[in-house]
Amino acid sequence: MTTITEILDIQAIRADFPILNQEINGKKLVYFDNAATTQKPTSVINAISHYYNFDNANIHRGIHTLAERATRDFEASREAVRDFIGASSIEEIIFTSGTTQGINLVASTFGRKFIKEGDEIIISGLEHHSNIVPWQMLCEEKGIKLKVIPVTDLGELNMEAYQNMLSEKVKLVSVNHVSNSLGTINPVKDIIDLAHSFGAKVLIDGAQASSHLNIDVQELDADFYAFSAHKLYGPTGIGVLYGKKEILNAMPPYMGGGEMIKEVTFEKTTYNELPYKFEAGTPNIADVVALKAALEYIAFHGKENIAAHEDMLLHYATEQLLEIDGLKIIGQAKEKVSVISFVMDGIHPQDIGVLLDNQGIAVRTGHHCTQPLMQRFNIVGTTRASFAVYNTTEEIDRLVAGIHRVKKMLL
Amino acid sequence: MTINETQDEIIEEFELFDDWADKYEYIIDLGKKLKGFPEEQKTEENIIKGCQSRVWLNARQENENLIFEADSEAIIVKGLVNMLIRVLSGHTPKEIAEADLYFMDKIGMSSHLAQTRSNGLASMVKQMKNYAIVYGSIKS
Ligand SMILES: Cc1ncc(COP(=O)(O)O)c(C=O)c1O
Repeated sequence: MTTITEILDIQAIRADFPILNQEINGKKLVYFDNAATTQKPTSVINAISHYYNFDNANIHRGIHTLAERATRDFEASREAVRDFIGASSIEEIIFTSGTTQGINLVASTFGRKFIKEGDEIIISGLEHHSNIVPWQMLCEEKGIKLKVIPVTDLGELNMEAYQNMLSEKVKLVSVNHVSNSLGTINPVKDIIDLAHSFGAKVLIDGAQASSHLNIDVQELDADFYAFSAHKLYGPTGIGVLYGKKEILNAMPPYMGGGEMIKEVTFEKTTYNELPYKFEAGTPNIADVVALKAALEYIAFHGKENIAAHEDMLLHYATEQLLEIDGLKIIGQAKEKVSVISFVMDGIHPQDIGVLLDNQGIAVRTGHHCTQPLMQRFNIVGTTRASFAVYNTTEEIDRLVAGIHRVKKMLL
Repeated sequence: MTINETQDEIIEEFELFDDWADKYEYIIDLGKKLKGFPEEQKTEENIIKGCQSRVWLNARQENENLIFEADSEAIIVKGLVNMLIRVLSGHTPKEIAEADLYFMDKIGMSSHLAQTRSNGLASMVKQMKNYAIVYGSIKS
């Protein structure tokens, strides 16, 4: 048993998430689908309604008071994000609709301009489809070669194979910081340093890392870092792409429209400065504003404290689950966040998901948008339980009991 | 028995269960009883692509009637498939095409027919109806 003195008052934290206080199919909800999206604290929900109730206006250029207020809060959120990931300047913080858009932005602009026929891009076998497909599209369009870092039986990246793949031909490496399917924490600092020694740029998909790990883009020396607000207690539909200023400046714009221009004539348009060059059109203002509330929520409780609690849950759940006969955990990396994927002898993950839902327990089943990874392990999918700050060991006990019940019903 | 008579019969059977576990145990049992496909029949042609579990469906005509056979990787889906076959198989294309499947809702299983379940069931029902329309039009 893991013994740890809890610094956080988890019951008080649970009270901040009204959605948790409900019954599903007559049982108290256990929400273990946090890797897909986390729930939102009242402060985030209130920030959205406050914005629409009192401050709503289109941002920038407006001279009236509401426009000023909306702009001020929007830009304050950018500053909060800069601080959250340790970027040196707000010019390097681009608001997107999410991780997916961030990756597509880099593929469409950096990729189209700087990667040519005969060059190579490296991704990994742990990637989410959103960090595979944009590169495949680019590679097909331009005759670029896509290489994939293999995954070991433990669910870690084979770093030796990665080193052997690197050459002067490689222009970009794009890997996730944390695997959404297995929870593996990848050695991104090493990945970046190695890539840089060959002159390649690196994009880190931080979708799963941002709520669990401390992120310092300068220390990592990442060229790009993408993540989504909805996975760190913030709203859906908003995300961040960090990029180093000199690279962003060299990149062509992504979409054309309002906000991203300096001057438009029919002969020639000049583009706005960073970060606005990449933010065409009216952005998702309310959700950007509420993202700041989410970051404040995390800061208030302390990322280290949150991580310590989640770590305790991970170890407790791993121990408990491994005691179930016929259950096998997929992904046993040394460094993991609070994500557990498992399969069970003779039982399809979907049946587990349905029968757990009937017991009020929300898990995710299937391939988790990582089909190549499932193929690597020769499975159709897994059942995935992923924990957040508001989860408890009692809930893990419910999961374990729930799985025993599922087994009894199915076998 | 007409399609609706079978549906009503199933609804009656489910009235005996007062808790979710009994219901699902019954469905799981139906899933285990469904004959299923031999591996060689699990072809690309027969597959219905759901996101999470694969479902296979086959249709053939006997006299006036359409006969369905189906299989799935997931046992609960298989049990539900068993009931859908019991309701629809052995009826004329016209009857199948026009059938209103109300029993799933009445027995509290309609969520499994929602597209969001990605279990292939909704697509399977659609495919059964498509078969009925195609076979129906060949005949006339
Ligand atoms: C590792 C990883 N990358 C990318 C994404 C895509 O994020 P979004 O759907 O928010 O764009 C996810 C979301 O599941 C993810 O887990």
